[in-house]
Amino acid sequence: MTMALLMFLFFVGITLVITYWAARRTSGASAFFAANRQIKGWQNGFAVAGDYMSAASFLGIAGIIAFQGYDGFMYSVGWLVAYLTVLLIVAEPLRNAGKYTMADVLAYRLSARPVRAMASLSTITVSIFYMIAQMVGAGALVALLLKNSGISYHTAVIGVGVLMIVYVVFGGMLATTWVQIIKAMLLMGGTILLSILVLAHFGFSFSNFFNAIGHVVYHEKGVEVVKDFLQPGLRFKPPYGALDLISLGMALIFGTAGLPHILVRFYTVPDAKTARISVVWAMGLIGTFYILTTFLGFGAATIVGRDKIAVSGGTNMSAPLLAQALAGDVFFAFISAIAFATILAVVAGLTISASTSFAHDFYTNVIHRGTERRPGEEVRVARVTAFVVGAVAMAVAILLGPNANVAFLVALAFAVAASANLPVIVLSLFWRRFNTRGAVVGLGTGLAVSFLLIILSPSIMGVDQPGVSAGARHLIQSAPIFPLENPGILSIPLGFLGAIFGTLVGREPEAEEKYDELLVRASTGLGAEKATN
Amino acid sequence: MADDQDSEYAIDDLTPEVGAATDVAPLGRAEAKPAHELTAAEDSNQVDWSRVTQMPEFRAMVRAKLRFIIPATLFFVVYYFALPVLVGYAPGLMSKRVIGVVNIAYLFALSQFFMAWIIAALYLRAAARFDKLEHKVIEKAESAGASERGNKE
Repeated sequence: MTMALLMFLFFVGITLVITYWAARRTSGASAFFAANRQIKGWQNGFAVAGDYMSAASFLGIAGIIAFQGYDGFMYSVGWLVAYLTVLLIVAEPLRNAGKYTMADVLAYRLSARPVRAMASLSTITVSIFYMIAQMVGAGALVALLLKNSGISYHTAVIGVGVLMIVYVVFGGMLATTWVQIIKAMLLMGGTILLSILVLAHFGFSFSNFFNAIGHVVYHEKGVEVVKDFLQPGLRFKPPYGALDLISLGMALIFGTAGLPHILVRFYTVPDAKTARISVVWAMGLIGTFYILTTFLGFGAATIVGRDKIAVSGGTNMSAPLLAQALAGDVFFAFISAIAFATILAVVAGLTISASTSFAHDFYTNVIHRGTERRPGEEVRVARVTAFVVGAVAMAVAILLGPNANVAFLVALAFAVAASANLPVIVLSLFWRRFNTRGAVVGLGTGLAVSFLLIILSPSIMGVDQPGVSAGARHLIQSAPIFPLENPGILSIPLGFLGAIFGTLVGREPEAEEKYDELLVRASTGLGAEKATN
Repeated sequence: MADDQDSEYAIDDLTPEVGAATDVAPLGRAEAKPAHELTAAEDSNQVDWSRVTQMPEFRAMVRAKLRFIIPATLFFVVYYFALPVLVGYAPGLMSKRVIGVVNIAYLFALSQFFMAWIIAALYLRAAARFDKLEHKVIEKAESAGASERGNKE
């Protein structure tokens, strides 16, 4: 088991060298927030993939497929198709018209202070919730993967927290980018290797492999069952399964293009054309990865089996156990180390996007009305924010403990991104009449409705049988009021409606006049931020 | 960290607040910079935005982009949501086996990946065309801006 720890420490060592190298090259705001806008297209593609594919994708989806077959694979599809929204609608205009954050584009022709304050609130909310989910995951993973090495849940959470703070505070966007690039390479390498081993196990015969998936054997309540794992319906069951599936799809398709830590990545490239190329690179990587979850998930279901996974740590252990079954302890350690690297890269991306938004949107533009009182102040504030955000996430993760049910935090992050952020980004770019009130009401509605529906959903509300462990218990012990786990199907339309109604209440001639400027800048790149040395 | 130093803060720059590296100019500013504060580089890049939107080249570019983006977006949204809708409401149809145990549901899910990649590839090709149109707009906008200022002087 300590092999995994050694491999992980090797990865940490490399990332710290990168951070040292990046720190020496990071001076000034453009360097800290946007890596001087000199990241190449393929590099940013890898970094986007590394920023996006979290432990939830690697361990979570493999686990869901291993346990619930085809329905788990439905997740994989949505995670890739979502990038078409990023490619076609958001990436290039954002790069052309913005500077460091999503709010730059929103505040372009609207009143800066209210819009930036709301956008900053939404960005920090999404980032912190997503981060807490990742950290609890990291801590729980350590308890499983390194249980004999003397590392506790607390040590793991603190370790991840300290590392992400170090990357961001010292190395800024440049270090974060390279941590994500290396992680994406490791993750792709590990996944491809594991997939080849699965195929080799079936004698490189697809028909043997799929036949095995058609007859998965496991025990349910002591009775042996044989199921066709390619049949839909093992996870999403009537009466609300179909709606939940559609709602999940909406959150993915419209939420990815509103995730602040993904959006800031497009400011790190020299121009909109490179941003476009980087999305296509990311789509190649992300698509390949998610197609390969077929081998990871179904491989675990057929080779390891549900019964064994259930008693050796649960769904999240499916991929590492598959590695162990196919190639022994060294490969198990390698896959476990990749899982940690995955978490580190994602939380670093979240930390820098939250810090950038607080420093640039809230501190400089809302509190100090757009002027930096002393040179370098904005970067200093961002560094302090990274400390605070990291400390808050660590404290909450330790407080929640390793058994907390945190899956809903990811659902919440996507719901806020899809219901609050995306509507105002799209309307701001495409609707001349759109104004400040519309942006504030839209962001507010999206945030509030997402929160409310998650609280009323089966993730938080539910009646537990006696004997359920404290961490896994529902927070509110009564029947759920909103039947779906994913609020998107209701919260996304409400977010759009809020933004539209808010706009129609009054007119804002200055915002409409400045639409010409935004339109020309966003669609041609005239006057866009340039790369610096 | 050496970020306290920034080339824009030269000692002889008497307007540090206006020229601050991290202020929002020209993004979030209420007004444009007064003419006397413009550097030579900024002055040559001044653009009359409203006039650019009236240029036939600009309109052609925006039309070309929308002609691709709107149908492509509608297509991928419909194609994608057909999957959860059919899986959710027509599980019988989707469970029909096509080759061995491989059923329509799995093949349809798999096709989504290729759909996404094909649209991305088509967009890359179309965007190369948009880049040419964009180049024309930028050239004309910048030369028009320069000659207009020339006439005023």
